[in-house]
Amino acid sequence: MFVQQLINGLALGSIYALIALGYTLVYGILLMVNFAHSEIFMLGAFFALGALSLSWVSGLPAFMQLLLALLLAMFASAVTGALIERVAYKPLRHASRLAPLISAIGVSIFLQNLVFLFVTNQSVPFPRIVPLWHLELGNSQISSLQILVIAVSFLLMGFLRFFIQKTSLGKAMRATAGDRMMAEFSGIPTERIISLAFLIGGALGGAAALLNGMYYGSIKYNMGFLVGIKAFTAAVLGGIGNVTGAVLGGLLIGILESLGAGYIPGGSEWKDIFSFAVLILVLLVRPEGLLGERVSEKV
Amino acid sequence: MNPKKISLFFLLSGFVFLPPLFVNTPYAYIIRILGITGLYVVLALGLNLTLGLAGLFDLGFMAFYAIGAYTSAILSIHGWNFWAATAVAVAVTVFVRFLLGASVLRLRGDYLAIATLGFGEMTRIFFNNCDSLTNGPKGLPAVGQSMGLVQIYHFTFTDNLHFYYLILATAILGAVFSMRLENSRIGRAWTAIREDEIAAELTGVAVTKFKILAFSVSAVFAAVAGSIFVHWENFVTPESFTFWESVLVVSMIVVGGMTSIAGAVTGALLISALPQILQVVLGGTFIHYRYLIFGVALVLVIIFRPQGLVPSSRRQLELQRIED
Repeated sequence: MFVQQLINGLALGSIYALIALGYTLVYGILLMVNFAHSEIFMLGAFFALGALSLSWVSGLPAFMQLLLALLLAMFASAVTGALIERVAYKPLRHASRLAPLISAIGVSIFLQNLVFLFVTNQSVPFPRIVPLWHLELGNSQISSLQILVIAVSFLLMGFLRFFIQKTSLGKAMRATAGDRMMAEFSGIPTERIISLAFLIGGALGGAAALLNGMYYGSIKYNMGFLVGIKAFTAAVLGGIGNVTGAVLGGLLIGILESLGAGYIPGGSEWKDIFSFAVLILVLLVRPEGLLGERVSEKV
Repeated sequence: MNPKKISLFFLLSGFVFLPPLFVNTPYAYIIRILGITGLYVVLALGLNLTLGLAGLFDLGFMAFYAIGAYTSAILSIHGWNFWAATAVAVAVTVFVRFLLGASVLRLRGDYLAIATLGFGEMTRIFFNNCDSLTNGPKGLPAVGQSMGLVQIYHFTFTDNLHFYYLILATAILGAVFSMRLENSRIGRAWTAIREDEIAAELTGVAVTKFKILAFSVSAVFAAVAGSIFVHWENFVTPESFTFWESVLVVSMIVVGGMTSIAGAVTGALLISALPQILQVVLGGTFIHYRYLIFGVALVLVIIFRPQGLVPSSRRQLELQRIED
């Protein structure tokens, strides 16, 4: 039972981790909570479904379908993310810190209702794409979907890590996160780096949306909110702004949620409270998160 | 009397004397819409103390409306009269908000927003799951139970018009209370905190104490509105207190003009009453588009008119000085 919940939690946590990375990348550079990120994730799911229902895609073998849907969802979500930044956040670069947050809430309401009104207000079935089988591991089992979710997530996170640590663009990104003004003086086009952060965050959100859709089998216009909050909790738990922290936080939240749902009596009814409780507790006890640094207030 | 006072006088007389004219006409629904809007005015005035004056971003304000409403409903079902139930609801709500404030108020702005959002959702899920106390998603009062009546001496509040006047009186009281607070030592301390927390601390303002005070006082508004709401509606479910309701109240303050009391009232009228009246006038599916429009409005206002539609005079002066 314990191992089984651990496996479930790992699959769930990988999805949270991918989304948490979107929050953390943006926060690291702009110090703002991109509240609309949960709606980018939701839109990503609809983009992926749209891609899968294209006639020339649905005839292809499963692997190609998966790859194409992944790339299309990532691309469309990335563009959405960058577009939101350009329209709703960029004009507020020098406003008070609450201004972009309010703007982000506006965008979030707008996007959710856009899908609600013009796409569908019902939950829509999402194709599984790959055949379903189970691998026995002692008393527990791991499904093909879980293997896929975990594998794709870790692959993408590996790419991201390579990109940030080894490429010059990644270096520019780290510099911008460290000190934006200094980076600007050293010739880094920081506005483009900001766009890049939104592009990457959006792309990871889109990938998470496809995996999430396949894993749960249905998507809905309001699915972003709860998942978004949990992913944000994960980012805060790991130390917001810290990329490794976001992954660690995501996995922890996923595992915690499955263990809670499995072991606490009536746990599944209350499971959504756990992440909120964890969020508030982390903010109270260690607001800088597990891997974050304590930053003193600048005068 | 200056022109401002005269127009205020006419506006108030309009709200007092016009609604009875609609009774027994096809426009009777307007009384109900105005009553609901009045409750939002009270909520917006309450949130204006934290979000507007003290600059504390609270995304879970509806949780306290819910706590006030449920406490009052539970007591009322057990035979308490309206006034006593409301008083206890206020005490409970303020206490819970004080506890939350004492623990989360040292967080920075955007963290505070997320923490209060989390608390708001937790509260709703709690009311939804705690069947023995709240009858879960089926709401209160349960079958076979009933709420108490609202009475003053021997007069009983029965129809929409009665409750409209109760709400109007509460809203006016709330506005006067807010104005007195804003121009007091406390109000100035809140403004100082909003503008620059560190500078305020250094000039001797007890920042944490005043933040907790702003947080707690705003709960009074939420609890009174909640108590009136359940007694009028005679029914309460957790679904009335979603995150989007909290966002609605925040939008009212942002669109109307942060820190401005007139702005909070304008915002509530624009966001609560206008769409409902337009819905009746225009008919069709207009109401479905209202959140879509709010979303866009929120972004546009914060980008192009950050001081809101009816900014407070102090705020206006500040912004002008920066532009010059």
